[in-house]
Amino acid sequence: MATKTSPVEKAATRVETAAAAAAQPALAARPVGLVALAVVVAVAISLPFFMSGFRLFQFTQVLIYAIALLGLNMLTGYNGQFSLGHGAFYGIGAYTTAIMIDRWSIGYGWTIIAAGLVCLIVGFLFGRPALRLEGLYLALATFSLALAVPQILKYFEHWTGGSQGIVLSKPKAPFGLRLTEDQWLYYLTLAVTILLFVLAWNLLRGRVGRAIVAIRDNHIAAEAMGIDNALYKSVVFGVSAAYTGIAGALSAIAIAFVAPDSFNVFLSITLLTGIVIGGFATISGAIYGALFIQFVPNWAQDISKAAPWAIFGIFLIVFMYVMPRGIAGFLHLVWIRLTASAVSREKGR
Amino acid sequence: MDIFVQQVVSGLATGGIYASLALALVMIYQATDVVNFAQGEMAMFSTYLAWSMMQAGLPYWGTFLATVAIAFVGGLLIERIVIRPVENAPILTIVIVTLGLLVIFNSVAGWIYSYIQKPFPSPFPAKPIRIGNIVFGAHDLGAIGVTLVVLMLLFAFFRFTTLGLAMRAAAQNPVSSRLCGIRVSWMLGLGWGLAAAFGAIAGMMVAPVVFLDPNMMGGIQLYAFAAATVGGFSSPQGAVIGGLLVGVTENLVGTYVSFIGTELKLTVALAMIIIVLLVKPTGLFGRTIVRRV
Amino acid sequence: MSLLTRFIALLLVSGLVGAGTAAAQTVVGVTATEIKIGNTNPYSGPASAYGTIGKVIGAYFKKVNDEGGVNGRKINYITYDDQYSPPKTVEMVRRLVEQDQVALLFQTLGTPPNSAIHKYVNQQKVPHLFVATGATKWNDPQNFPWTMGYQPNYQTEGRLYAQYVLKNMPDAKVGILYQNDDYGKDYLKGFEDGMGEAGKKLIVMKQSYEVTDPTVDSQIVNLKNSGANVFFNITIPKFAVQAIKKANDIGWKPLHFLNNVSSSLGTVLKPAGLEASRGLITALYMKEITDPQWKNDKGFQDWVAFMKKYYPEGALDDQSNAFGYNVAMLMTQVLKQCGNDLSRENIMKQAANVKNFELPLLLPGIKINTSPTDFAPIEQEQLAKFDGEKWSLFGEVLDAYRK
Repeated sequence: MATKTSPVEKAATRVETAAAAAAQPALAARPVGLVALAVVVAVAISLPFFMSGFRLFQFTQVLIYAIALLGLNMLTGYNGQFSLGHGAFYGIGAYTTAIMIDRWSIGYGWTIIAAGLVCLIVGFLFGRPALRLEGLYLALATFSLALAVPQILKYFEHWTGGSQGIVLSKPKAPFGLRLTEDQWLYYLTLAVTILLFVLAWNLLRGRVGRAIVAIRDNHIAAEAMGIDNALYKSVVFGVSAAYTGIAGALSAIAIAFVAPDSFNVFLSITLLTGIVIGGFATISGAIYGALFIQFVPNWAQDISKAAPWAIFGIFLIVFMYVMPRGIAGFLHLVWIRLTASAVSREKGR
Repeated sequence: MDIFVQQVVSGLATGGIYASLALALVMIYQATDVVNFAQGEMAMFSTYLAWSMMQAGLPYWGTFLATVAIAFVGGLLIERIVIRPVENAPILTIVIVTLGLLVIFNSVAGWIYSYIQKPFPSPFPAKPIRIGNIVFGAHDLGAIGVTLVVLMLLFAFFRFTTLGLAMRAAAQNPVSSRLCGIRVSWMLGLGWGLAAAFGAIAGMMVAPVVFLDPNMMGGIQLYAFAAATVGGFSSPQGAVIGGLLVGVTENLVGTYVSFIGTELKLTVALAMIIIVLLVKPTGLFGRTIVRRV
Repeated sequence: MSLLTRFIALLLVSGLVGAGTAAAQTVVGVTATEIKIGNTNPYSGPASAYGTIGKVIGAYFKKVNDEGGVNGRKINYITYDDQYSPPKTVEMVRRLVEQDQVALLFQTLGTPPNSAIHKYVNQQKVPHLFVATGATKWNDPQNFPWTMGYQPNYQTEGRLYAQYVLKNMPDAKVGILYQNDDYGKDYLKGFEDGMGEAGKKLIVMKQSYEVTDPTVDSQIVNLKNSGANVFFNITIPKFAVQAIKKANDIGWKPLHFLNNVSSSLGTVLKPAGLEASRGLITALYMKEITDPQWKNDKGFQDWVAFMKKYYPEGALDDQSNAFGYNVAMLMTQVLKQCGNDLSRENIMKQAANVKNFELPLLLPGIKINTSPTDFAPIEQEQLAKFDGEKWSLFGEVLDAYRK
C-alpha cells in the first residue's frame, strides 16, 4: 500500500513501534533477553584477550559512539526534540577534558566527570530557550550550534590551542595492572558505557521515561496530566548533552588529540545517522548505530578509493530500505515473527 | 557611509545566493514535508551538467533551459525511484536517505569532474555598475532578479493554478486529498522535480561567483538553512528575505563589531538566528501551526 | 567443559603473548620482493580535493614497479581515506602500522591529521616521511626524530614577502586576508614575524574567512576601505580567484602578494582575469604546470607522458598532481639510497642524507638537502611576478632559513 501518511500518522506509527521496542525487554521472554545481554557483556569483557591493540582501539571508539548515540537518542528518539548539533556537545566534552589535563594537569578520571557536568549545564541552558522551538526549527537551531563551536574553539586560542589543537598523552593502566594502554582504555570506556547504559535504562523505563515519551507524543495532553513539560524537556536536554559530552571526553583521551577539525558539522550528522540506523528510541540501537558509523565507512573505502562516499551513500540508502526503522526495529520485527510462528505452531499442535 | 552602503550591497549579493537555494529547500518542504539535505548537491550536479553542455558548444540560454528541464525530470525520478520505497517510513528515515544522496552526488561529481574549480559563465555583463563610489556587480543584480522571478512564479503557481493547489493540499492533508481525487504520490514527485529545477537555477546563478567545484554548495547550503529558518520554512518570500537578511547581517557584524571582527562572524550571525527564532519560533514569515489535542 | 576452559586459557595466553611482542622490530614491512608504504589522504569529505595527491603517488609507484621496482623490491603502497578528520587519521595510521605492518608512513596529508599522529609514530619509531603540510613543526629532529616535512613551510614563505615589503615599500600600509585555520595562521605568523617591530605600524588591517563562507567580498571591501596599498592574500584557490576579481571590480590596486598555494595560472589567474592578475607577486618552488613557459621543458613533458599513461583520469591543470609526482620521486630516491638495509633506522638515516637532489618539476636551482639536524627538504623559493602571460621569476633563489 503505497499511500502517504500524514505527519501525525507517521508520528503515531513511530510511537507504536517505539513503545513496543521499549517494552521489548519486559514482554519478550525476559530470560532470553537477559541471557543475550549476559553474552554481549561477556564478549565485550573478553575482547582484549584476543584482539590486537588496533582492533581494541576501534572497539573503544564504538563504545564511545554508543554513549554519544544513547545521549542523542534520549533527546531525539524518546523526547522528540530534534538535535542536529550534538557534535557540539561532543566537542565541548572533549575540550573540557583536554584543557583540564593539559593546562591544569588534573587526573583524567576527574575530567570525564567534569566534562559531563559542563555539558549538563550547557545543555540545560541551551535546552531552556530551545523549549519554544519545535521539530525542524529546533533541529536548525542546534545545527547552528554545531557550526559555531569549531569557530569559537579557534577564537579562544589561549585555552584551546586554536586550530593547532591540544596534544595529550595516553594514560597508562593504574594500580599496577598489567594491561596495555589500549586494554586499559578499553576497559575504562566499557565500564563507563555499562554504567551509563544501566542509568539510562533505569531512567527511561520508569515513570520519568513514560513522562518523557508522553511529552513527545502529545505535549499538550502530557501537560494536562500534570507533567512539567518545560522542566522535563530541558533536563532531558541537559542529560543528553552530558552523555554526549562524556563520550567526547573519552574520545579526547583515546585519540590523545583534539582540534576543531575533529568536531565539524559532519560529526553531528554522523551521530544523527547513527541513531536512525541503529533504531530510533531504542537503547540497544545505540550500539548497532555505533557499530555502523565506526565500521561501514571503512568497508566503503575498501571497496572503492575513487569514490568512497558514493559507496557509503549506497550503504545508507540500502540500509534504510531494508530496515526503515533501524537495526533495532528490524531485529524486533524478526523476533516477533519468530515468536509468533512459534506460538502458532504450538497452537497447531 | 560609503563603506556601510557597499557592505549592504555586497551582503545583498551573497544573501541572494543563500536565498536562491533556500527557495528550493522551502519548495520541497512545502510539497513533501521533508528537509532535503541533498538539495545543494543536486544543484551542484545540475550545474556540472550545464557546464558539460556548454563545453560541448551549446549557447547559454539553451543550456539554461535544458538544465532546468533535466533537473526537473531528475528530481522527479529521484523521488519515484529512491525516495518512494521509504515514503511511509518515519521522516528521519527519509532524511537519512537524502543524506545518502548528498554523499553520492558529491563523490560522483568529484570522480567525474575532478575537484579543480572551474569558471562558469554568467549571462550578465562582466562590467560592474558604479553609482558614485558604490559598486554593484552586474551578475549579483541579475542573480537577485532571477531569484525574485522564480519567487513570483512559485507564488503564482501555488496561488493561482489547480496543480499548485493540489500540491499544497497533498502535503497538508494527504488523506482528504486522496478522497478528492488528487494523486498524492505523484504530487510528491512533482515537488521534488520543481525543487530540483529551482536548485539548478540557483546553482547556475551561484557558480559564476563561487566557481564550480563539487564542494561548491556545502557552505551555501548551511546558510540557506539559516535563511529558510529565519524566514520560516513554510514561506517562500520568507526564505528570500531571510537569505538577504542573513547576508547583510553577517557583513555588518564582520565590519562594525570590532571586538568580534571576521573571526567570529559566522557565530554571531548564527546567534542572531537563534534570537530571531526565540522571538518568533516559526521564523519571521512562518505560519504558526495550531494543533488539536 | 574442559574443552571450554582450555579454549579460554588459550585465548588468555595468546592475548598476553600478543601484548608482549607488540614492540616494533627494526625491520618491518619488508620482504625480499616487497616494501610496504603507508599513506592517508582525504578521499571523501570536504577536503577531498587533496585526495588526488594520494592517487598520483600510487600511480607513480606503479610506474616504479613496472620498471622493476627499487633494488628488486616492488613497492606495495597502501593508502586509506581519513576524511581530513584527526580521529580517523589516528585509526587509519594505527591500521597501517599495527595491522598492515608498513615499513614507513609517507605523505600523510594535512596539519591537524599529522598533529594527531605525531607523538604516536615517534613512540612507535615508524619513519613518518615527507608529510604533506606546510607547518613548521615537522622540522624538529631533536624531539621528533621520526617525522620529516617536505615542502617549504608557510611561515618561511610569509617571511619572504615581509622582507620584500620592508625592502621595497617603507611606506607600506598592509592589509591581510587569511583563512581562519592552521594554514592561514601559519602564513600570518611568518609574515608578522618577518615584519618585526615595523609590522605593528605597517599592518593596518587583518580580515579572516572560513572555508565554508561562500565569498570573501565583504572582507575585500573592508580591506580596500582601510586604505591599504599592500595586500597579502592568504587564500585557497577558490577564494583567491574571488579576491583578485573583487579587488579589481571595486578598483582597488594594491601591491598584491598571493600565497604559493593559489599560484596556479590555469585555475586561479585565468578565471580571475589575466589583466586583473597582472602584477601579482608570489613565491614559487615548483614549475607552475599551467604556465606556458614550461611547455617545452623536459621535466614537464615527462610528467605529462606519465600522467597520460599511469593516471589518465587525473587533471592536467591540477598542481597537486605535479606535487605528488615530485615527492613520490624523492621517496623512491630515499629507498634507492637505502640499498638492501631497509630497517626503519636506515630509512630514517637515508631520508636525512639527501644531498643536492633535483626533481624534474622543481624550479631550476632549487635542490633538496637534508641532514640529521635539518628535516626540511625544500627550503628555497624564488619570487615571481605575473606579467599578464606567465610568472616571470626575479631576484635570486631565496633561502629564508639561512637568514
